[in-house]
Amino acid sequence: MLIRGVVCTVCGCCCDDLNVEVVDGRVERVENACSLALSKFKHHSSDRILKPLMRKGNGFKEAPYHEAIREAARLLVDSNYPLLWGWCLTSCEAVKLGLELAELVGGVIDNNSSVCHGPGLIGVQDIGISGCSLGEVKNRADLILYWGSNPVNAHPRHMARYTAFAKGRFEASRGDRKLIVVDVRRTETAKLADEFYQIEPNSDYELLTALRCAVNGEEMELNTVAGLPVERVEELADSLISCRFGVLFYGLGLTMTYGKSRNLDAALSLVRDLNRKTKFLIMPMRGHFNVTGSNEVFTWVTGYPFGVDFSKGYPEYNPGITTISDVLRREECDAALIVASDPIAHLPSSLADTLKKIPMITVDPHRTPTTEASRIVIPSAIVGLESTGTVYRMDGVPLECKKILNPPPGVKTDFEVMSDLLAEVKGLLR
Amino acid sequence: MKMRDLNIRNGVVYDPLNRIDGERMDIYVRGGRIVETPVKDAEEINASHMVVMPGGVDIHSHIAGTKVNVGRLMRPEDHFKDVLPRTGIRRAGVGHSVPTTYVTGYRYVEMGYTTVFEPASPPLKTRHTHEELDETPIVDKGCFPLMGNNWFIMDYIRENKYEECRDYVAWLLEAVKGYAVKIVNPGGVEAWAWGKYITHLDEPVPRFEVTPREIIRWLCRINLELKNPHPIHVHTNNMAKPGNYETTIETMDSVKDMASNTDGKPIIHVTHVQFTGRSGTSWVNVGSGAPEIADYLNKNRHAEIDVGQIVFGDTTTMTADGSFQFLLHLLSGNKWANSDVEVETGAGVVPFRYRRGNYVNAVQWGIGLELALLVKDPWRVHMTTDHPNGGPFTEYPKVISWLMSKKSRKRLLGKINSTARRRLTLGDIDREYSLYEVAMVTRAAQARSLGLTWKGHLGPGADADIAIYNLNPKQVDPSKDYLKVRKAFKKAAYTIKDGVIVCKDGEIVETPLGRTYWVKPPLPEESLESLASNISGRFKEYYTVEMDNYVIDEGYLANPQAVAPAR
Amino acid sequence: MVGECLVDLNGRFKLVTGRTLIQGMGKERGKFTEEYLKEISICELDPEDMKLLSIVEGELIIVKTEFGEAKLVAKASTRAPHRGVIFIPYGPVASLLTSPHTDGSGMPSLKGIEAEVFKG
Repeated sequence: MLIRGVVCTVCGCCCDDLNVEVVDGRVERVENACSLALSKFKHHSSDRILKPLMRKGNGFKEAPYHEAIREAARLLVDSNYPLLWGWCLTSCEAVKLGLELAELVGGVIDNNSSVCHGPGLIGVQDIGISGCSLGEVKNRADLILYWGSNPVNAHPRHMARYTAFAKGRFEASRGDRKLIVVDVRRTETAKLADEFYQIEPNSDYELLTALRCAVNGEEMELNTVAGLPVERVEELADSLISCRFGVLFYGLGLTMTYGKSRNLDAALSLVRDLNRKTKFLIMPMRGHFNVTGSNEVFTWVTGYPFGVDFSKGYPEYNPGITTISDVLRREECDAALIVASDPIAHLPSSLADTLKKIPMITVDPHRTPTTEASRIVIPSAIVGLESTGTVYRMDGVPLECKKILNPPPGVKTDFEVMSDLLAEVKGLLR
Repeated sequence: MKMRDLNIRNGVVYDPLNRIDGERMDIYVRGGRIVETPVKDAEEINASHMVVMPGGVDIHSHIAGTKVNVGRLMRPEDHFKDVLPRTGIRRAGVGHSVPTTYVTGYRYVEMGYTTVFEPASPPLKTRHTHEELDETPIVDKGCFPLMGNNWFIMDYIRENKYEECRDYVAWLLEAVKGYAVKIVNPGGVEAWAWGKYITHLDEPVPRFEVTPREIIRWLCRINLELKNPHPIHVHTNNMAKPGNYETTIETMDSVKDMASNTDGKPIIHVTHVQFTGRSGTSWVNVGSGAPEIADYLNKNRHAEIDVGQIVFGDTTTMTADGSFQFLLHLLSGNKWANSDVEVETGAGVVPFRYRRGNYVNAVQWGIGLELALLVKDPWRVHMTTDHPNGGPFTEYPKVISWLMSKKSRKRLLGKINSTARRRLTLGDIDREYSLYEVAMVTRAAQARSLGLTWKGHLGPGADADIAIYNLNPKQVDPSKDYLKVRKAFKKAAYTIKDGVIVCKDGEIVETPLGRTYWVKPPLPEESLESLASNISGRFKEYYTVEMDNYVIDEGYLANPQAVAPAR
Repeated sequence: MVGECLVDLNGRFKLVTGRTLIQGMGKERGKFTEEYLKEISICELDPEDMKLLSIVEGELIIVKTEFGEAKLVAKASTRAPHRGVIFIPYGPVASLLTSPHTDGSGMPSLKGIEAEVFKG
């Protein structure tokens, strides 16, 4: 059976034109999928957790679902300051329940953007953002700039579907558009660019500020900026000013390097300044399929996009204090609920070690270093394959995922697990 | 099942749709509806010496969807000031000018409101609007999809394909579960997608070669033919520009010839006219164009407006009018967000503080009130602040007190920029709204305009959405005791939704989920098929999503209620 | 200036971590697969830097930062020149080397970290 218009749940492109052939409950063939998507669709059944697990010595014993839920609820209710983490690789429907749970147990709830695109969101809080949807880029952009982002690796169909290689109403082909890349290495994306500007690591803030000088017609009294001769900087500024409709896509090269959210202040300000000369937009290259969705839900329920502390009964937000890295560094949490995330693998190891010391409840489809270190593991269905759910593309367009396969027998969706956990916690608190 | 039977005894009732003006009478509720006779075993409410009105209906308030959420994201400083801890009944949240969704619902209900409409939703992202509305408790709600800069519509106009355009509009309303046809800066937001501006109704939209006038007229004609419950809802070109009152009048006038087909009900609703009611030629001599607009409305019954009153203080501006928002950013230097949406529309958000000492802001304050006081027919001038553009909706009690009390207006007039005070005619206006008129402009008129015939009144069969205010009309003279008026409208004594007491003395006691209304215009099957195949090619070319994924199933909404058109 | 030798004889580099296609595909497949574990244990260097430090393709090297050290397999980068910059894909090995300090931003430092490279 061919299912058309399947939403891919890998990266922030959320391509929704995948056609999936399902035969006997297995994926036979996928049309329009990139290599990351193919990997997910073909290998979704490897390393699955099939039954709820509870820690026994150095290993696990299988446990009945309701016992795992009860234990998990008890752990959260009894803890002083639980951490609820993840939320980006699951549906908005599950995120909503996670927020309600955090509110009930008075914990701190944070999502993956805290260690990813959070600085960009902090930048928006300072500066604002000149943004648009991806179709605007496809239809209008004659200049595309990737800064600290390598879509060929992390967002393989981005350029074909939305930017340089896309066909739009007003800009019909690659030849009509100029592609520029700014990065510390000549990435695969840089090799496709019309212009590549290679810069020194940790120098993005200087270059962005220098560009703002050039765009605003100010003199620069330097010979080099960020490892580039100042003439190259001026050349880049000229390209930006003289386009009709330019878009800056930025990646973790800006959020994770020296300066962090200040880099974003500079980038967002540059794009804002450019709007006095031409039409210019900026967009973060969100890495996962529902990081944007988790930010959206967090924001409409609490007012803040990540790092929300409910220990006073109302939402408090202070990046650098209420965010996972800082909470763990201070060793303040005494329990954790991890939903669809693998912090043990991805957080700096000293923070991962702290997390290992506290009892963790992990809800995930797959076995990961985090599930291996948890006290309770509850298997879940994969959103976009085995469960429906709403997700938001990197430009804020909401899409509803389809369920095209059944999860392994007995495995529930994140939404079901969170509903049961929430009900159990409410019962304990009564 | 919560108690939905009530006998509300002895209240002083204001029900303009049934011509009840301060009569002492009982209101009876059975099964969530108003009935004619007392109900056995019902809960008794003693409403003696209290004002009883239908629950408030807000026709235009930015409470849900992508631009509202950008506003929330952008304004953590707005949230820090106003936090709500969770209680056994209420979820936690934050408030002030961009409240979180739960707080939005609670605070409307605390003021006795029971129905609110989000007036500007980009179709491509309307799923987001519905997600937020589904987390806005208690009130009934809906949203207006934006159509005034839509590529399909503009192409149809250029190609002179009326029937296809009409079918497309019908299809779109159903596809995204919208309630009304919303037009914002027609053609101007498409120009803004290129960083350009449109300044008059006959200026062609770049690359589309249709004009704002044509967009407005086509959509008006289509809206009438589809018999949609609410007229076209228009945010005019030239927002905020000195002299733009002429654009407002021109816009209303542009469809006047179509009015003869209707039975006297307005065929165009122009929104937040305070922002588009300015006289003058520059920021130095900008003044009030309210007298001219009021004069037009007093002579022409085919148009109605909502005010968009400003309240001094800090707030957040947000509209689909991206070009206006950028200009506001340039003027104020405040941070700015922009959100253009492919094929359809745009949006912008800029924090803003209205200052009494600022000449322009003071004039703005005067324009809104002048409109409300100079337009003679309260059915056609709805009270709004265009939340949060003019001010947070929680300031409605203040606005009500200004309408009812010349003394309160004079007091504030004394504190505003003196040049503005001299130039406004507001100081000479003696008119004071009665409670009957307040009931019209805060509930009855909006319900009627929206075509919600079962709301906004207390006649038999109506939804039992009722507000009881701690205000004794026999003892309180609203003209003098305007502070008591404010206090009463700020925290209702009782708010009742579908016969359930949801709020008592300003405290939320129940949190049922309200309905999301959407309009299902009749579209014959053949037209639907023909339309789908007509647009599928261009859809794929223009958009970046599949058409099947663009359409929102009714089942996606938590509590949908389709409304069949009937005028 | 980029292109000049930023590497001194003590082998001080800037460490950049990030996504690769194989790491991305691997994580979808399973984080205990050989393919994934292999990919996340690679360290890419500019071939000129490898010459300078006498490191050959496939050799085991040790990368040390203020926060930890790890053994990785050296690989000549196809994205050169980037003298003085080394690249390791996201994963548990990179996490041994990255900084937990967020500078008050909530964001730990996962790119641009001072690192030393030694023969393993």
